[in-house]
Amino acid sequence: MAEPRLTESLIQSLGAELTPVRRLPPPWLRTAGWLLAVAVFAAVLLWHYGADHMVRRWIAEPDIALAGAGAVITAACAAWVAFSLGVPGRSARWAWLPLPGLLLWVGASGLGCLRDWVLPGTQVAGVHQSADCLVFIIGFSVPLSALLVWLLRRACPLRPVLTALMIGLASAAASAALLEICHAFAVAATDLLTHAAAVAIVVLANAAMGGRLLQSALK
Amino acid sequence: MTDADAQASDSPERRRAAWMAAAQAGDRIAYERVLADSVPLIRMAARRQGVAVDQLDDVVQETLLTVHRVRHTYDPARSYDAWLAALAARRAIDALRSQGRRGRHELHDDHAYDAYPDAHDATAATEREQEARHLRKAIAALPPGQREAVEQLGLKERSLAEAAAHTGRQTGALKVNLHRAIKALRARFHGES
Repeated sequence: MAEPRLTESLIQSLGAELTPVRRLPPPWLRTAGWLLAVAVFAAVLLWHYGADHMVRRWIAEPDIALAGAGAVITAACAAWVAFSLGVPGRSARWAWLPLPGLLLWVGASGLGCLRDWVLPGTQVAGVHQSADCLVFIIGFSVPLSALLVWLLRRACPLRPVLTALMIGLASAAASAALLEICHAFAVAATDLLTHAAAVAIVVLANAAMGGRLLQSALK
Repeated sequence: MTDADAQASDSPERRRAAWMAAAQAGDRIAYERVLADSVPLIRMAARRQGVAVDQLDDVVQETLLTVHRVRHTYDPARSYDAWLAALAARRAIDALRSQGRRGRHELHDDHAYDAYPDAHDATAATEREQEARHLRKAIAALPPGQREAVEQLGLKERSLAEAAAHTGRQTGALKVNLHRAIKALRARFHGES
């Protein structure tokens, strides 16, 4: 029987090659590290734009504050799921975790569509301003996604595409939350569609490219 | 008495978890024990995925190599068996996919043999030469460590000790590199066609 001998000899060879390794930090710690980077972006935006405008909008239109909170929850949950999926043996069912935050974010943003009707005279976004939102969300998602992929470089995601999808969701949600700091107008239907398109672009681009980037551990 | 020994009296799963934790710190004995203990679990996980009996050893070896490469991802606070089973299931699926691709390739070749039977030996000789050329090219394209192992152990037919003395590498590293090279060549000639 050559094969069992081959397995035994492989075990001995791997034993001979053994070196101590640095364990992967737990998913919550890596999530905290990534959220810290998001907080740095937020601090820079707040320093530049100030918080007064944002707080006034929140008081006048509480659903915007709710949508922002939903986006932050979605970003934190999706980032944690991405890091968890990088550890073999963790259940893929955790991928549902960002759903409540996502529902809050989308639901509260959807309320903004009624704003014209509820509060006539509120300033809503024109086409050019909506395009700015698209550029903002995609622009901030690129470094945030790249940071997540980098933080996952030593991980072993057995479902690379699902992990990349979570990376896309986390960075798009975080970018949408950051946008709230400098969003100059109420969320109307056109603007909401632009946000949704930006999030979809970021998520799909990550699923398409990130899936490949994350497979190196399995080759 | 080490931590790994102290916990060896626990349940088999906790014992494996303790051995793997010790292996992460560089304990070679604990590592070889946990790998040997993992073999039946890997076979079981591969059988559950539907891997044929004659392919089980391949899956076992691939999984052991993967365990070695990603051993830093194991968290001793969690189940070792679940971690291992996930890696084994993934390697079993890879083996089934590669077998499926190979199966299609061979079917295609059968068809080719029927349609274009060997007319004369010169053609067969040319084909053999072509195959040898492809193999040489594929070996040249391997990463340096793997290419060195194939050249030393396969082509120059040196013993492990001779190859180790000649290259200054450990015999274990040479064997692992040879295994990886064979896997890469197999994938190139069967899996990706």
